[in-house]
Amino acid sequence: MRTMFQKIWERHEVVAETADTPAVLYVDLHLIHEVTSPQAFAELAARGLPVRRTDRTLGTLDHSTPTRTEQVFGGAPIAIESAARQVRALEANSAAFGVELLGLRSAQRGIVHVIGPELGLTQPGTTIVCGDSHTSTHGAFGALAFGIGTTEVGHVLATQCLLQRRPRTLGIEVSGRLAAGVTAKDLILAIIGRIGVAGGTGHVIEYHGETIRALDMDERMTVCNMSIEAGARAGMIAPDETTYAYLRRRARAPQGADWERSLEAWRELPTDPGARFDREVAFDASPVEPMITYGTNPGMAIPISGRVPARGDDPVLARALAYMGLEGGEPLRDRPVNVVFLGSCTNSRLSDLRGAARVLRGRKLARGVRMLVVPGSQQVKAAAEAEGLHRIFLEAGAEWRESGCSMCIGMNGDTVARGEYSVSTSNRNFEWRQGAGSRTLLASPLTAAACAVRGRITDPRELL
Amino acid sequence: MEPVKTLRSRTVVLAASHIDTDQIIPARFLTTTTRAGLGRQLFTDWRYGPDGAPRPDFALNRPEAAGCAILVAGRNFGCGSSREHAPWALVDYGFRAVVSTEIADIFRSNALKNGLLPVVVDEATGRWLIEHPGVEVTVDVETTTLTLPSGARARFPLEPFARYCLLNGVDELGFLLVQLPRIEAYERRKTAVS
Repeated sequence: MRTMFQKIWERHEVVAETADTPAVLYVDLHLIHEVTSPQAFAELAARGLPVRRTDRTLGTLDHSTPTRTEQVFGGAPIAIESAARQVRALEANSAAFGVELLGLRSAQRGIVHVIGPELGLTQPGTTIVCGDSHTSTHGAFGALAFGIGTTEVGHVLATQCLLQRRPRTLGIEVSGRLAAGVTAKDLILAIIGRIGVAGGTGHVIEYHGETIRALDMDERMTVCNMSIEAGARAGMIAPDETTYAYLRRRARAPQGADWERSLEAWRELPTDPGARFDREVAFDASPVEPMITYGTNPGMAIPISGRVPARGDDPVLARALAYMGLEGGEPLRDRPVNVVFLGSCTNSRLSDLRGAARVLRGRKLARGVRMLVVPGSQQVKAAAEAEGLHRIFLEAGAEWRESGCSMCIGMNGDTVARGEYSVSTSNRNFEWRQGAGSRTLLASPLTAAACAVRGRITDPRELL
Repeated sequence: MEPVKTLRSRTVVLAASHIDTDQIIPARFLTTTTRAGLGRQLFTDWRYGPDGAPRPDFALNRPEAAGCAILVAGRNFGCGSSREHAPWALVDYGFRAVVSTEIADIFRSNALKNGLLPVVVDEATGRWLIEHPGVEVTVDVETTTLTLPSGARARFPLEPFARYCLLNGVDELGFLLVQLPRIEAYERRKTAVS
């Protein structure tokens, strides 16, 4: 009896771990981007090493890349000069080492964790790494996927392997139906609120149970994406018919006879009945309400109708509330909002845009509110435009951008101003994350859209 | 990588829990293509006010913090983004060890690859160190112990291979490259199966 994690791990051990040495773990897919790869390529160049498996390596541009159309497609230079240099560095490194790059003007470019699944590269049973902590997203397909540092990016480029100690496993069983207006984002915020931002440290999480089975792939990705915000390097969900239906006929998924063979192998992956996780948590999803964060880490989340916890003598909470300009015990509801950001690897897929559009259709942004809508990839952008979603956003008064990490990370020109409150569908509400002195409240696309319409913290169920 | 055997230094304390890598090195400084010079931006938003002037009350800016190579921090240090720029910035600034009751997984892995010691101590030791900034402590990689001024020792976990690499200045890539024949054999097996 083995867990899905065990099955995948054991299948990728080139050399098993011993008491003295970590395992040599094989990497099936290595995704790279402009921010965490230049120093790794420099290391290879210094040692005279090639990229060992260019066929298992794919690059894209997302983090420091601008989202303004003219800076992407021409008419204006990339405004941040160091970002422009970084873009050119990945272009040059990809050419020199023979790595495929979905470049600035590629119709397949996008946030690295959006394009892997979208292209059908993210497949059950595989190991996937990237120099980015939200690589956990790909675990939604029953892959073992985790973020690595730049030195390790170099290891994978040079050897297609990593030295790894086997992590422990944490099973989170989710039962109960999500209420109307409550999304996968609310669910994962509630789970992090429960187990804490270090609750998954040293572990790989497997989310399972009836609630998880009922989620579509976009929703599963949102859940796995935020595993790292609970401290877990990876989050996984067993593949099933939902997974296969999503992957079938994707450009780079197995085709024809290969598809049938792959399907047979994928059906063997789920955790065997009776297999045990090192730790287990049971979570009831039925009482979960739309969630919103009030503090400076993603565990500081409350139901949108709730009150900010009293300060007490917790210095972390006191510091967080001072930064956020909030008082302990006050309700968040109806507090004014300055900026709304719809995007990021957590919530920038087509269904996220559809959800927000449902709220915004025929409505306008409240006076003084700025809203940025940044699709996760150029393919998501094209699909959204094909069904007219962009018109709903533009008519409401929002900005419609090219794909990228945008305001999630504040290193590409899209930022929130000092002291402003930003309701954001991204994953981190850390101090300064969205810009100097920015104050981030994490929420679902539905909540974000509702806040944009009212200009105040709003329960989306009032507008659905 | 230079071998790291023992380290003796006074400590500087940042008591906050959950210090994330965005605080250690904010994202706007990640548009660099080298590893060098990031110490200047270490903890920038905590070190400097909006006018760019150093905040005198921030621990790293106090005169007694000069030359300290050991950072003591609250639990769950280094959480968040996987950016290796965080240990690069700490090392460039002059830190050689981070002591906490809990250190985030990816940060820990990145730190070890840069000769920055992640020292996870028990609650009592962690609390004592936070309450006594500036004390001189010794971190010994060979015995995996941290010694307090009283002579009391706390053991810290260090994976044997990481310990070996630190003590001998071995980098992991060299070790992996030696495994290439086994990696190739694995790939042949894998192709044969699928």
